[in-house]
Amino acid sequence: MAFKQVTSPHAHSAQKTSNVMQLVLLATVPGLVALTWQFGWGSIINVLLASITAVVCEAAIVHLRGRSVAFYVSDYSALVTAVLLGIALPPLAPWWVIVVGTVFSIVIAKQLYGGLGYNPFNPAMVGYVVVLISFPIQMTTWVTPLALLPEGVSHPGLIESLHIVFSGYTPADGVTGATPLDSFKHSSGLLVDQIYQRDPLFAQGIWAGAGWEWVNLGFLLGGLLLIAKRIFTWHGPVGMLGALALMSALFWDSGSSTSPGSPVMHLLSGATMLGAFFILTDPVSSAVSNRGRLIYGILIGLLVFIIRAWGNYPDAVAFAVLLANFAAPFIDNYTLPRTYGHTDRRRATEKEEG
Amino acid sequence: MSDVSISQVTKNGLWTNNPALVQLLGLCPLLAVTGTVVNALGLGIATMMVLIGSNSIVSLIRHHVSDAVRLPAFVIIIAAFVTCAELLMKAYTYDLFQILGIFIPLIVTNCAILGRAEAFASRQPLGYAALDGFMMGLGFLLVLVLLGAIRELFGQGTLFDSMHLLFGPVAKDWTLRPFGENYSFLVAVLPPGAFIVTGLLIAGKNSIDAAFKRRADRHKHRPVKGAKRIRTTGNIA
Repeated sequence: MAFKQVTSPHAHSAQKTSNVMQLVLLATVPGLVALTWQFGWGSIINVLLASITAVVCEAAIVHLRGRSVAFYVSDYSALVTAVLLGIALPPLAPWWVIVVGTVFSIVIAKQLYGGLGYNPFNPAMVGYVVVLISFPIQMTTWVTPLALLPEGVSHPGLIESLHIVFSGYTPADGVTGATPLDSFKHSSGLLVDQIYQRDPLFAQGIWAGAGWEWVNLGFLLGGLLLIAKRIFTWHGPVGMLGALALMSALFWDSGSSTSPGSPVMHLLSGATMLGAFFILTDPVSSAVSNRGRLIYGILIGLLVFIIRAWGNYPDAVAFAVLLANFAAPFIDNYTLPRTYGHTDRRRATEKEEG
Repeated sequence: MSDVSISQVTKNGLWTNNPALVQLLGLCPLLAVTGTVVNALGLGIATMMVLIGSNSIVSLIRHHVSDAVRLPAFVIIIAAFVTCAELLMKAYTYDLFQILGIFIPLIVTNCAILGRAEAFASRQPLGYAALDGFMMGLGFLLVLVLLGAIRELFGQGTLFDSMHLLFGPVAKDWTLRPFGENYSFLVAVLPPGAFIVTGLLIAGKNSIDAAFKRRADRHKHRPVKGAKRIRTTGNIA
């Protein structure tokens, strides 16, 4: 009887790249629904526009590089980048912000480095940072959450939203405003309790700012689904959320006027959950081993808190992830797992002495 | 006595051995001051003048300076020319000097200059050394200006803005605004833009070289591999 000979690693089922990417896309749905519910049609338009741009760019560059367009476009990786970028960008941002960000993500951050699997930085975050530092005004204008809209004003409908995005039509007063993290950063001289009472962004919220808490819970739900489906392990997200919670608890100082905010606020504000489950879990640009991913996540959590508390930007997930991407090869170098059959951890990769 | 030709020196400085795109020397000013055409042009001209001067003097003293002290001697010569450039800029283009600030004195640390003194000028007669200084300086200047033009155009949507700093009041209205008044794309003006545009320029040069090489290869006569054998099987008597 002849046995089929297969070399290691012995995977039990072939999980194709496209399947993984489709699951990730599916897992963004709860967060995207929460975004649309709280902030109107803007995010959906962002995602669609970014997706179209990303697929066109990916196909064009892959064609220029002389590779098979159908093969590379059908792995859905460009779509995942586009969807994450579309979610991260402010709703109702002008169309050129979205297009420029996506072109940078796909063309420069991904394809110029060699395409999927070779990019040292998370493409969506590179695109985000490029537009963030290039167009500060457009990037710091967010839509007002549902609970805070003035009397008689509602989020622009689909047609009106398209008008705002594509023809620079200005939305009605009160439709745009600051985010909770931004507002918190700029209300200096007030005790945290006073901010929570006076600032409607916090007063209307249940835990951490109107609207944003639901968006973060949506991404948390999607992320838990991906962990249950074993798309990634718990190490990265737990490392980041743990470090962020620990740091904000340490520096909380019971809500004085210089407090950088409570752990609950940091965990459920801004891009925390999106970052923890969808950005830093990118298998290409993160550390590789489980121990490495834990350290990588902790590093991101620390950086997010440091920049949020003492930096110039209200949110910091993109910067933290890019900085940690730099560190990922270094982390990998010191967290090599032991290979099966070896007792010493580094034996397999080092040359024999002599 | 010289083993180089004028065309070779020219081609080397402008293309094959371009200080900015091939040797990657002088990256600090290259990345720091190329936000606009006028800054790039100012620094490029200053660097070129220093390079011509230092190359000439180094070539003249090449038989009289011992090997042991040649580097300090070169550095002093370069520093003297940089001081001249600095004083000239203070006298004639003071506003531009204010903008470029520390990068004018820092020309002295530009490795391209010391590199040419050491690698070329200290071994060649005056004429070739001066020509090499001019061509290397011109190659550096052209890359600086190209980089400045690209970054200025994409970063703030203007071209030839504030050229009066260098050319006097005649140039006040040289500014072009091809994208309208309100255009701005900050990343091109910020340091990351300098790295990205430089990378793209280097890639562009490499791909042009590759295209030339491909064309040259196509016309090359290829000798048939292996010796031809006369057919020996068949009917031999």
